[in-house]
Order: sequence, then C-alpha cells, then structure tokens
Amino acid sequence: MPDAPNIQPPAAPVETLKVKVDGREVEVPRFMPDPLSGKPVPTTMIQACELAQVTVPHYCYHPKLPVSGNCRMCLVEFGTPALGPDRKPLLNPDGSVKIAKSPRPAIACATPISPGMEIYTNTPAVKQMREGVLEFLLINHPLDCPICDQAGECKLQEYSVDYGQAESRFVEPKVHKPKRVDLGPRIVLDDERCILCTRCIRFTRDVVGDDALGIVNRGGYNTLTAYPGRPFDNNYTLNTVDICPVGALTSKDFRFQMRVWFLKETKSLCTSCATGCNILIGSREEKIYRYVPRQNDAVNSCWMCDAGRLNYQWIGREDRLTEVRGPTPELRGWSAVLRELTRVLAAAPTGSVAIVASARQTNEELYLLSKLGRKLGALTDSVPRLGEADRLLVHADRNPNSQGARLTGIAGEPLGANLARIAEGIRGGTIRTLIVFGEDVTRHGIGADLLSKLEHLVVSDILPNATTALAHYLLPGCAHAEKRGTFTNAKGRVQKFMKAVEARGDARAEWDFLLELLSGLTGEKRWAGIEALFNLMAAEVPAFRGLEWKALGDAGVSVPL
Amino acid sequence: MPQEYRQILKFVDQPGYTPDLDCYLRHGGYETLKKALALPPRTLPDGRTLSGPEQLREEVRLSGLRGRGGAGFSCGLKWSFVDRKSGKPIYLICNADESEPGTFKDRQIIYKDPHQMLEGMILACYANDVHLAYIYIRGEFIEGARILNRALQEARAAHYLGRNILGSGYDLEIHVHRGAGAYICGEETGLIESLEGKRAYPRIKPPYFPAVLGLYNCPTIVNNVETLCAVKHIVAMGGAEYAKIGTPNNTGTRIVCISGTVRKPGYYEIETGKVTLGELILDPAFGGGLREGRTLQAIIPGGSSAKVFKAGERFKIKRKGPDGKETEAELGVLDLPYDFDTIIAAGSMSGSGAIIVLDDSVDIVEALANIAEFYAHESCGQCTPCREGSLWMAKALRRLTHGGGRKTDADYLARIADNIPGGRTICAFGEACSWPVQSFVAKFKDQFVARGAADEARRLANTPNAESPTGKTNA
Repeated sequence: MPDAPNIQPPAAPVETLKVKVDGREVEVPRFMPDPLSGKPVPTTMIQACELAQVTVPHYCYHPKLPVSGNCRMCLVEFGTPALGPDRKPLLNPDGSVKIAKSPRPAIACATPISPGMEIYTNTPAVKQMREGVLEFLLINHPLDCPICDQAGECKLQEYSVDYGQAESRFVEPKVHKPKRVDLGPRIVLDDERCILCTRCIRFTRDVVGDDALGIVNRGGYNTLTAYPGRPFDNNYTLNTVDICPVGALTSKDFRFQMRVWFLKETKSLCTSCATGCNILIGSREEKIYRYVPRQNDAVNSCWMCDAGRLNYQWIGREDRLTEVRGPTPELRGWSAVLRELTRVLAAAPTGSVAIVASARQTNEELYLLSKLGRKLGALTDSVPRLGEADRLLVHADRNPNSQGARLTGIAGEPLGANLARIAEGIRGGTIRTLIVFGEDVTRHGIGADLLSKLEHLVVSDILPNATTALAHYLLPGCAHAEKRGTFTNAKGRVQKFMKAVEARGDARAEWDFLLELLSGLTGEKRWAGIEALFNLMAAEVPAFRGLEWKALGDAGVSVPL
Repeated sequence: MPQEYRQILKFVDQPGYTPDLDCYLRHGGYETLKKALALPPRTLPDGRTLSGPEQLREEVRLSGLRGRGGAGFSCGLKWSFVDRKSGKPIYLICNADESEPGTFKDRQIIYKDPHQMLEGMILACYANDVHLAYIYIRGEFIEGARILNRALQEARAAHYLGRNILGSGYDLEIHVHRGAGAYICGEETGLIESLEGKRAYPRIKPPYFPAVLGLYNCPTIVNNVETLCAVKHIVAMGGAEYAKIGTPNNTGTRIVCISGTVRKPGYYEIETGKVTLGELILDPAFGGGLREGRTLQAIIPGGSSAKVFKAGERFKIKRKGPDGKETEAELGVLDLPYDFDTIIAAGSMSGSGAIIVLDDSVDIVEALANIAEFYAHESCGQCTPCREGSLWMAKALRRLTHGGGRKTDADYLARIADNIPGGRTICAFGEACSWPVQSFVAKFKDQFVARGAADEARRLANTPNAESPTGKTNA
C-alpha cells in the first residue's frame, strides 16, 4: 500500500496495553497484523519482547509466517496479575500488583499477552530450557559446519555460543537421513541438517500457495521431503533457503561458491520487474555471488522470486562493453569522445535528434536524458517490456523503472508510443542523430537498415548487441550493482540502491557522463554527486517534489502517481 | 468385600447379550434418549428458563463426571468452554482411539454394546447443539469399526439418528473415521488434525483450544467412549444421583484394565475410589493376586505413561473427609484408593484406568526399554524435546539392554528425561514419554546402575584396551 510522504492518514487510535519484559515496563499494541491476512490478531509475547528490544531465541518462528510453535527454543517464564475471589487484582504489601507466576513455561511465539503480564526471558529455568532444546537439536545433527554453506549465518551456530555445551554427552548412534536430496531445479536438501522447524513448508504452502513440501516418517525419523514425483520448482523456492535457519536447504546456485563471512553486503534493488524487491547483494572482490531479499514491508516483505534472484550472472559476463569509442579509432578516452559528442550534438538542428532511453535506467539518468532531450528538441521514448504477472511479487511490467520513465517525461504515452514515430523520422530523413541508452532498438522496430541511415548513432549499453555493433559513439555503462541511484517502482515507491562492485574498464555510471555531456552542452557547471543530482531532480520534476536523497532511507518513499 | 459395580458394563458379557439394536432395545435401550428429547423447558427459581439441552448440560455438570480418556478433566467444564456464540457449527468427536498400552476398556463397549455408546453420544450431541459428529476409532479396531457402522445403520433406520430424530426436530449425523495406527491420534488436537486429513501433529494451545478452534476451526468437543457412556447414565438417573456413586470429586464408575503378572487380568468396573490398588491387584473379585511364589515389584497405575509405583512405597496423602476437612494420612501403595485425585497425590495418575502389574520375574530395565521403544516409535516428531528425547532415551535403553551399558546411564537417562516434560512440549506426549523413564530410574536406580556396571565389567574383561565406554568413539 503506497503511503504518500506528505499526507498522513488519520491516525487510528491504537489500543495498547502494558506488560513487563524482564522487569522493564513497555506499552505495546494489543493487536498486531496477522502476517498473511493482515487482520489484527492478539500481540504475542515474542512481538512484545521485540518491541521491548529483547530478542527471544527462536528457530521455527518467523514474523512473516503462521506460527507453528514446534522448536520450543522461545520458551519463557511468565506471570499474570493474581486475582482475588472477587476477580480483582491482589496487591503486595507495598501496594504493587501481585503477580502469579505460571508454573509452566510458554512459547513466546504463540502466547498472547495480557494486561499486566510479566515476561521473564532470562531466568535460570529459561536458560536451562534453551540449553535442553539446543542439545536435542544437536545430538543428531551432522556437525559438518566446515563444509556447510550455512556456516556463518546459522542459528544453530549462533545459539551454540550462548547455550551450547563444549562436549556432547550423546553416545548413541546418530539418525541417518537422506543427503543431497534434489528437491527441484534450484534447491538441494540435506535432511540430516534439517531441524524440522517447518518454516519452508509453511512458506511454500501459506505464502506461495504451493503445498509442495511436507514431513514423512515418525518421531526422531521425521524427514522433510517434497511431494513424491513432483519437483519443488515454483518461482519462490529459493526463499526457503533464506528462511531455513540451518544448512538443510541450500541453493544450487550459491552452494560451495563462497563462505558467507567473506561477502560484502550492499543494499540494493532487484531490477527484474517493476515491483522493485529490496535486496542485499553479496559480493567479494568485485564479484557478485548472490542476491538475497531485504525486508521491506511496503514492497516485498521478506521475499523475492527465483528468477529475479538469479538474474545477476550477466553483470560479470566476459563480453561486457569496457571501452569507450568514438567514430574514428583515433578518438579514445572519455574526455575526447565526450568533447567530440558535445560538438556534434551542439551542432545538430532542433528536431534532428531522437532519444530512446531504457526504463532500466535510474530516475536520475532518465531525468538527465529528458533534460538532454528538451535541450536538443528531441523526440524521446522508452521501451516497454511485458511479461506475465503472478499473485505474489512478479509484475507484468518487467522494467524496474517504467514509472521513472513516465515521471521524468522521457517516455511516450503510453510507453513506447513514440518508437514508431522515431523509426518513421529516421526513414524520412528528418531524424539524423539517434541516442540510445540501454536498449537494442533493432528488436523494437528500428532495424539495422534504419540505423545505418543515421549520421550519428550514440549508444550507451552494458552488453554488446546489434545496436551497439552499429554505434558511432559507444559509451559503456554500468549495471545497477556498479553504481548508485534510484528507481520508482510500479506503485510509485522511490527507492535507492547502493554500489556493490566496481565496473570494469572504461565503463562509467551513465548519470556521471550524462552530467558531463550536459554541462558541456549547456555551459552549466556539473554537480558533484548522486545525492546532489537526486535533490536537483526532486526540485525540478513535479512528481518527485519534496523528496530528498537522505530521507529515502533504506525502504524508500512513495509518491502519488 | 470389594465388588465390581457394573453400570456401563451392566449387560456386557451376559449370556445372550448381542451388539444389535434389538437386543439393546430389549434392555431398555434408547429410552433415555426418548425422554431427553421430550424434555420441556424448565423454569428455575431465579426465573431463568433452561431448554432441554441446557438441562442435560446442567445434569452433566452436577454429576461431577471427569473424562475417562486419561486426563480426568471435568466433562461439564469442558462443555462449558464451548464457544456457542461463534455462529459456526459445533462438532463432537468420540475419541475411540484407545491407544495407551495396558488399556482395553473402550473396545469392550464398542465391540459388545455399541448402541450404549451411540445413545450417550447422541445425548451429548443434543445437549451441545451438535448436528455432525464423528467417531474416531483406532485403525486396529477393524471389527469395531464394522460393528459401529452396523449400529449406526440400525440407529438411522430406527430414527435414533438422521433427520428429525424421533419426531423431535433434532437432526444429527454421525460418521465413523478409522485412524491409521498412531498413538498420537488419541491426543485430541492430533486427532482433529488427523480427522481433517493431515498428519496428526497436535496443535498449539493457545490458540487452538478445541472448544473454540477445533475441527475445521469450529468449536469442538472431544470425549472418550467411556465418558459418553457415562453421559447416558447421568441423563438417565440425574446428575445429583450419579454423583452419589464413587467418592466426592471422583464420581461414578470407572472401568479398570488390569494386566501384567496377575492371575486374572481383565476389565473390571468399579465405583471410583471405593476400591484400593491392592484390592484390584490381589482380590479374587479382580486381579486375583500374583502367581505362586512371586512377589510384587512395581505397579504402573494408569497406562504405560503413568509414573511407576514401587512395591512397598508409602505416601502421605491429603484427603478431604465427608465433612470437608482435610486430613493427611500415610498410605502404602496397595492401600491407595483407585481414583483420580489419590493417584495424582501419590505422584502418578490413574490415566486411562490401566493398571499394569510387574512382579519380581520382570526385568525392570527391560520393561522400561520396552516402554521407551514404544514412545520413541509413537512420538509424532513435531516438537524438539519429545522428538529427539524419546528416541535418545530409547537408544540409551536399547544399549543398556544389549550389553553396552554404563554405570552412569541411570543419571544420563534422568537428565535426558528431565528436559522433556513440564510444558516444554506441544502436547502431553512429552510427559508420557519422560515420566516412565524419570520414575523407573529414580525408584529402581540400583537395578539400572547394576546393569551398567555389569556391562562395564564385562567389556573391560573382553577388551582390555577399550577407550570409550561404548566400545566405540562417537563423533
């Protein structure tokens, strides 16, 4: 749901109650939204503890999944106000409310709070219960951390530090279960590592709607498996790897590739559709190893689709464009090529230039291209890219920034409406110069025959294609992972992303060389960096008015569409 | 002289008493139902008017009936928890999964007097405004399911079931559902999951209290076979009258299953609390004593999950006299009156009414290994302490009974068992699998230690260079 930055919805009074967590009083909402339906349901102990900034260890609980309550790691002690025969609270001699401590512990993940409740998360009994649970989880665990991909981000390891024992007293033979189970095209399962928390089962059943996983066999032989004869292959399977608290579910793509503690994590966005899922890019030494979803409840919750997640390999492709080129071999290097290009464009008569931008460029780049278009009196447009939507995250619009293309004014109405006119202009000879950013226009109605009629073909792209092959000016650009910027998603959420890796060769962020080109054309001084550029855009583009780079935060800001 | 008090089993085992409807009717069957359906509304002194069903619920409350499945929870209270304002249908399930080792009482009723159970069930359904009910019967009772289905057909044909029962306007349908052979399906929320077609993983409470969110997330009552039969007798004689049978807070009759090393194993219906454990085991009217030359070693008083009593144990029991005054008495194990409260006060439970007698011919370590093996096999595996703990204990006991024991195994077992019960698990199976281990090891520790010591000595003699107590290294 988009929430406009400047319009606050009338705040509904939130019903709250007071509880004590480890002796500290906190006021918490009486109800919190159900992770699936969004309907208000009673706040649980674990949520109250979270609000009190007390973390209760857990395995099976996940804030975005229905509660299962099976791991028993979140057992806590608690008490409630003692009631007299008249159902009124009893008081201690000092006037404070007398608390009746429950003789039995409760799982914090499923137990609703009540007024005056006291939750004890740190008593010797609680610690002892956690130690007991951890020991039980470890007795049959293979303890193969040295070869386990989860090592470094494993809840068994983390809690072992707090609640583990240095030595095992388990002297029985371990239970053996299936290893290297091929669950589907992207997932491998090690059943011996599995702690049977059922997060994956609940995720695929209740979030995705694909009841594909389940548990077979009894007791200590319980085994996670996929539905017999059916691969676990929906478009969200890799999320189960993320939520698996241990190394049972692993990604075929990431398996054995890199120890996670070597990975640098960069906040970024998925570019595979207009949803704009928030991600973390895991990279090391300028190489990207994985994308994982980053929680943003306004966009993607904790999830992302498999297609988007695996859509990163192209960034490291060997045939990336790494050399800036001008029309003649002698023209080399960015400053020379841009100087020449500035001269050419400055000399181009109004109306003789057209621009095809890509809705994969950032807001800032599209804004600069739009500015360039206005300066040159150019016909501009962008390329629509459509696919099939699903009910969860995949948007039919497969561009990450079609809204940005619309809001900055570079796109035709509708998106792509001007492409035929541009083709017509080239054919008729009125358009002599074409500037293409990030698209292979030969696949969008402007074929090689038309391109060869142009006086100047200026192309910026990342990977080689039929259009770049014909370019007179070739300006190698950056993948989003190699630069900073913002996208506007389908619902109008403006979100920023950070730079994870360096671009190779001459490749340079498009916004950066566009600024240089524009300042050359207009004589205006060039601005310093992406923050200033964004803020300038926000001042000039009505849709972005009032936005500030800094204020975008990690989760972005919604603008009215 | 202690005697049986046959109320539910009144006609069962009489020559010529058959499970068909005609026979049941000849013995006064379905008369109680007829009267109950015809009950007019009754106005109380305070001006409130009770409908027929409300009057039935009131009688059950007055009777003090406690559930006969194992937990001994007040039936009237259970019914009072039912959410009657949700607008959802209310379901009733007859729990005929009788799975606790040592228990064989419900099957007597199902096989020999199914209509009595059906009449009790129909009455309970009518009292609670239930229009669809299920009998969840354990898979192994193949013939029992056939008998019940035949009885249901007969009852339908005779208009005791179906639409407009006996012209009263009340509709009820009952279906038999066969389990597939899992102990945990007797746990009421596991049963509900199983009935819904899922794995019998017990549900977390809160929020899934059956009275509010039971079968198909609707309010649901789950009652044991014997409990539902008792309802019939309560309605027939009135709750206050019924409460005079047995002892205060332990009213009515109970069917006790006596097994193990007694001369006359079998089922015996008694007035609750009017017969002692000793009488049940030794009296000719019941178990008939041990075999020649044997002495009593142990008693499991309420199904294999109950904590064991050791022969000669003495307990300080607080009891309320008829005047309401609490007195403390020291009682030997054989003098414990067999009822819910006394056996709990003595540290165990009467559970499903199954008394298992172990004489001195029984190897206590082997007996516990057998019990532990059962619970390890029957743990559903949903929650950590029970899944891992039950199998760990079974493996340790397997080792101890197969020559791999250690002196320290008694403490080892106790420490595993201590991490399972007391609210650490989703359902009471955690208690069921750990109580036997805790109690056997605590009360017969010398036998466990001796077994381990003997193994250690033997291993030492055989393998002088043995490094690890189990003769192998552990990863």
